[in-house]
Amino acid sequence: MRDIYLDNNATTKVDPQVVDVMLPYFTEQFGNPSSIHRFADGVAKGIKNARQQIQELLGCEHDSEIIFTSCGTESDSTAILSAIKAQPFKKEIITTAVEHPAILNLCEYLEKEGYTIHRLPVDKRGRLNLEAYKAMLSDKVAIVSVMWANNETGTIFPVVEMAEMANAAGVMFHTDAVQAVGKIPMNLKDTKIDMLSLSGHKLHAPKGIGVLYLKRGTRYRPLLRGGHQERGRRAGTENSASIVGLGKACELALQYMEHENTHVKAMRDRLERGIVEQIPHCFITGDLENRLPNTTDIAFEYIEGEAILMLLNKAGIAASSGSACTSGSLEPSHVMRAMGIPYTAAHGTIRFSFSRYNSMADVDQVLKVMPDIAAALRNLSPYWENGAPVANPEQAFAPTYS
Amino acid sequence: MWDYSEKVQEHFFNPKNAGAVKDANAIGEVGSISCGDALRLTLKVNPESEIIEESGFQTFGCGSAIASSSVLTEIIKGMTLDEALKVTNQDIADHLDGLPPEKMHCSVMGREALQAAVANYRGEEWSDDHEEGALVCKCFAIDAVMIEEMVWANKLRTVEDVTNFTKAGGGCAACHEDIEAILEKVLAEKGEKFDPDAAPIEVAKPKAEKKPLTNLQRIKRIEEVLDSLRPQLMADGGNVELVEVIGNTAYVNMTGACNGCQMSAMTIAGIQQRLMEVLGEFIKVVPASEMAKLVTIGA
Ligand SMILES: Cc1ncc(COP(=O)(O)O)c(C=O)c1O
Ligand code: FES
Repeated sequence: MRDIYLDNNATTKVDPQVVDVMLPYFTEQFGNPSSIHRFADGVAKGIKNARQQIQELLGCEHDSEIIFTSCGTESDSTAILSAIKAQPFKKEIITTAVEHPAILNLCEYLEKEGYTIHRLPVDKRGRLNLEAYKAMLSDKVAIVSVMWANNETGTIFPVVEMAEMANAAGVMFHTDAVQAVGKIPMNLKDTKIDMLSLSGHKLHAPKGIGVLYLKRGTRYRPLLRGGHQERGRRAGTENSASIVGLGKACELALQYMEHENTHVKAMRDRLERGIVEQIPHCFITGDLENRLPNTTDIAFEYIEGEAILMLLNKAGIAASSGSACTSGSLEPSHVMRAMGIPYTAAHGTIRFSFSRYNSMADVDQVLKVMPDIAAALRNLSPYWENGAPVANPEQAFAPTYS
Repeated sequence: MWDYSEKVQEHFFNPKNAGAVKDANAIGEVGSISCGDALRLTLKVNPESEIIEESGFQTFGCGSAIASSSVLTEIIKGMTLDEALKVTNQDIADHLDGLPPEKMHCSVMGREALQAAVANYRGEEWSDDHEEGALVCKCFAIDAVMIEEMVWANKLRTVEDVTNFTKAGGGCAACHEDIEAILEKVLAEKGEKFDPDAAPIEVAKPKAEKKPLTNLQRIKRIEEVLDSLRPQLMADGGNVELVEVIGNTAYVNMTGACNGCQMSAMTIAGIQQRLMEVLGEFIKVVPASEMAKLVTIGA
């Protein structure tokens, strides 16, 4: 049986067409793009071409607004640190409670350095309150950083509208669009988004290549200083093969945009409907009407996520979990806690994330094994009895301490 | 995902004694759903002999929680209650060929459920005697509560102090920032200020006035510990031989099934852990093959 990969929000397979365009840059066009000889002349052209392919996917005005970085995390760090360095008197940052650690841990660090961090809460569907957001905007805020789409639930935030609001208040706006780019259409030139992060490995390009989009006219300070690469905005010899690969991946993402939002979405929809219909006591998390087409995050009550993943893995199915145990912490995912998902369910969340490489047969296979997996683990659970949760789980099970 | 041993996987995929024992007369319950781990242990104890005749578990938790519960029920079956009380969490982990440091708390939960069940049988109150904090140092499996207690008790002031007293921070250094945050917090509670450059406090030998071991004593103690581990290694078709002790480094030969087996690195880590516990000092266990390298380089 073919192994089934449903963890595309974690990372994706590199498209063979992407690999093909990259290969010559390892052994033939391996020159340093800054050099002046024939091992290098194709490289600068390849990079320029990639910049245009990315420009097209993002819908930005100039290809010089694309800065290549080493990953999504570097783009996020560059954006926030640039904003605070360029505006030293602004000591506040607005973000959300459900960002990726690339943003959250940086903000926590800056908090220790004396910055005030406003973390917008979400409701139980994972939605933001724009009134509360508006009230936070002021001339003391250096930057707003709000993710375009959530990596766990796929919930999409209204970043275009939020950027307008920030702009009206004279505040810089960054979005971590690592999960959104390539899955939903965007047209940055019609927005007030000043900076945007993307990461190659989420859209069938290799790992270790990212982009920071920087709208022309936005004040900026580089993170890495050194050579003149990327016009001095990000020093270090270009990762030319990966840049060319990312360009191709963006071109393909644009071609597959409709496919993603029809076929891929149909697979996701069928999977989550099937699971919720067949398995009692489980529910889909996040903003169901406003989600990435490829993502579903399902909470299975009274069982634990890592145990589910291990059984799925044994059945040849790869997914991931917001459970505490997969990360080694004692708390379930901050996203689930921010949405107020009860503990009885938060420990048992499983994320299935699709790509164009999946098929309906994959969906059927998961639907075939998932009910048995849930039942097997519930049979072991002290919170489950005779095919149903015990009457009052927290009371029926009365441990000596908790 | 986690690097689980085959034993862990075996017990997870085919758990032994799952479900509640009928007519159990000893029940221990620990954990809670909010922690993400909960275990109910049910035992049938022979009232005459106090021998555990049947044991069953019900667990809500991750792979290693289920495996720890399963192996525990196997270990204690046939034991008397007094024997069972001697089972430590390390024993549980050892029977699973080790657990990742982040998962050691699963074995702790097993031992606590056992204590709770025995207390329940004897009509005693059982209360959890330790508080578990977030894991800070993964290299040495030291949690925040432990570090805080040590900082309070021994007036520690720097990361170096904490490393000297708890080992935390003595490995990859990834936890130094977290240790500093704990120092900052505790020192603030005491009205002091954290100064990263403070001189290390006089190391008046961690805790009790323990004399350092002489090399001869150390070797003897190491042999004793290895002897105690030997039956278990042999059960798996392997063995261990002490080749040389230089300072705090013990060079060993893994033989039989342990030799070259994937598990040998983990077994060595387990031996090292046990040695440090028993000897109360830092011991590094290194395959004797590494020693040969050292010698040739030196020669
Ligand atoms: C929303 C989001 N931001 C940032 C990142 C980090 O990207 P990278 O792995 O390229 O650093 C990820 C990837 O996990 C992500 O999902
Ligand atoms: S995690 Fe503490 S030294 Fe490695």
